[in-house]
Amino acid sequence: MSVALVPSQTFLHEVQSHSGQPISLCYQCKKCSAGCPVGFAMDLLPHEVIRLIQLGARDRVFAANNLWVCTGCKTCQARCPNQIDAGQVMDSLREMALRAGTAALAPKGRDVNVKTFHESFLSTLRLFGRSYDLGMIGLYLGRSRAIGEHMGLGLNMVKKGKLKYLPERVHRMGEIRKIFAKAREKR
Amino acid sequence: MKKLTFYPGCSLHSTATEYDESTRAVFEALGYSLEELDDWSCCGASSAHATDHYLSIALPVRNLVLAEKEGVDEVATACAACYNTLRKADHAVRTGDPAAVKANDSLVDVMGQKYAGGVKVVSTLELLSRPETLAAIKQKASKPLRGLKVAPYYGCLLTRPAEAVAFEDPEQPTSLDRVLAAAGAEVVRWSWKTECCGASLALSRPEILKEMARRIIVAAREAGADVIATACPMCHANLDGRQSEIADLKDHPVPVYFLTELLGLAFGLKKAPAWVGKHLTESRSAVRAFIPAGKVG
Repeated sequence: MSVALVPSQTFLHEVQSHSGQPISLCYQCKKCSAGCPVGFAMDLLPHEVIRLIQLGARDRVFAANNLWVCTGCKTCQARCPNQIDAGQVMDSLREMALRAGTAALAPKGRDVNVKTFHESFLSTLRLFGRSYDLGMIGLYLGRSRAIGEHMGLGLNMVKKGKLKYLPERVHRMGEIRKIFAKAREKR
Repeated sequence: MKKLTFYPGCSLHSTATEYDESTRAVFEALGYSLEELDDWSCCGASSAHATDHYLSIALPVRNLVLAEKEGVDEVATACAACYNTLRKADHAVRTGDPAAVKANDSLVDVMGQKYAGGVKVVSTLELLSRPETLAAIKQKASKPLRGLKVAPYYGCLLTRPAEAVAFEDPEQPTSLDRVLAAAGAEVVRWSWKTECCGASLALSRPEILKEMARRIIVAAREAGADVIATACPMCHANLDGRQSEIADLKDHPVPVYFLTELLGLAFGLKKAPAWVGKHLTESRSAVRAFIPAGKVG
């Protein structure tokens, strides 16, 4: 399938203002891609995502898995000669995709698990104010059905006493609940 | 004893209790008493910054407000991820990032006050690598780690983004090297010190994570290291946890230690063998020479 690309600045401005990153300064030196430790697993290399944003190719940016597999390690940020934090750009794209809530921007295939993981982690955090691994893992495995690939690790962790059975809870939970309520209001 | 306000973070209270215990014991041996920040809450970790900018500021800053309420101006943390998250939020508020300032303002309604910018978050690695502490480590190391070839692994969170978190050169950090050398270890030179291990993909994309971990561990072995040392519970979980599932490593695993476990061994602390016994990759034989007789098992 070939799609004619009509350059547009709307998407560029949208991502620049959401991320606070000067994406238009990129001149494609590719240092971000040279250093990216997850590049081997990405549909596009980081410099390609940046270029597509400059060109306004919204659909191609959201169709790629980059925003779901970026680990946020900031190697790109450390090496960019134009002070563009491509990791922050990925965070912004992910947040835009999640807020949109549309099927078109939703993660596909294995990338769904990335969203499921973050949701499971934040669910336990909202309930207890601290992360609760056993609860988080239970929620995640229930939703993702990915138990097979974690069985061995899980059993070893139980054997070594690395998973606590009971959660720790913050005393002033009202504060945590209010923070999460405010986060919801902002969406 | 010098009092140090300590933010342990969730990992040190759950999956990495050996890091928590060894940190407390080593700091105590060096003359510090660690006191937990009262009612601390999770910093939000990767999941907050990966999905919700507001939470990525408000969750960590709640803890900085707690410190200010207690009248504390320095908070130490041993977790690289907590350190990173707390420092980034502190930096964003202090430098006037508009979204961060708004998130901070919203805390008035939550906690009765907002963060005034008066807390310095320090990494325990930074404290350990200060010249006077290095001298104390040398003095305390009754069983120096002679002959133990260690690859110092920093990962990403202690060094990047440099303007908010780095306390030394972000591309060529040496603090961990210096602490290990002070404990008598032989520190190997390698190029993968600050490479990311893929922590945030641990549950969601294990196949990607395993390849990232494999590259780092193989690089350490090729550089001549017997073991790897880290100051991050995420890195530890990932590098230690899945070696039995990785073809290149399952027959020749490389044990991964928390920095403070190695210091504990060098100091001759009685609990050190129990700490390294909690790892998922067998970790006692590589340091057997430093475990007091009768303590193995």
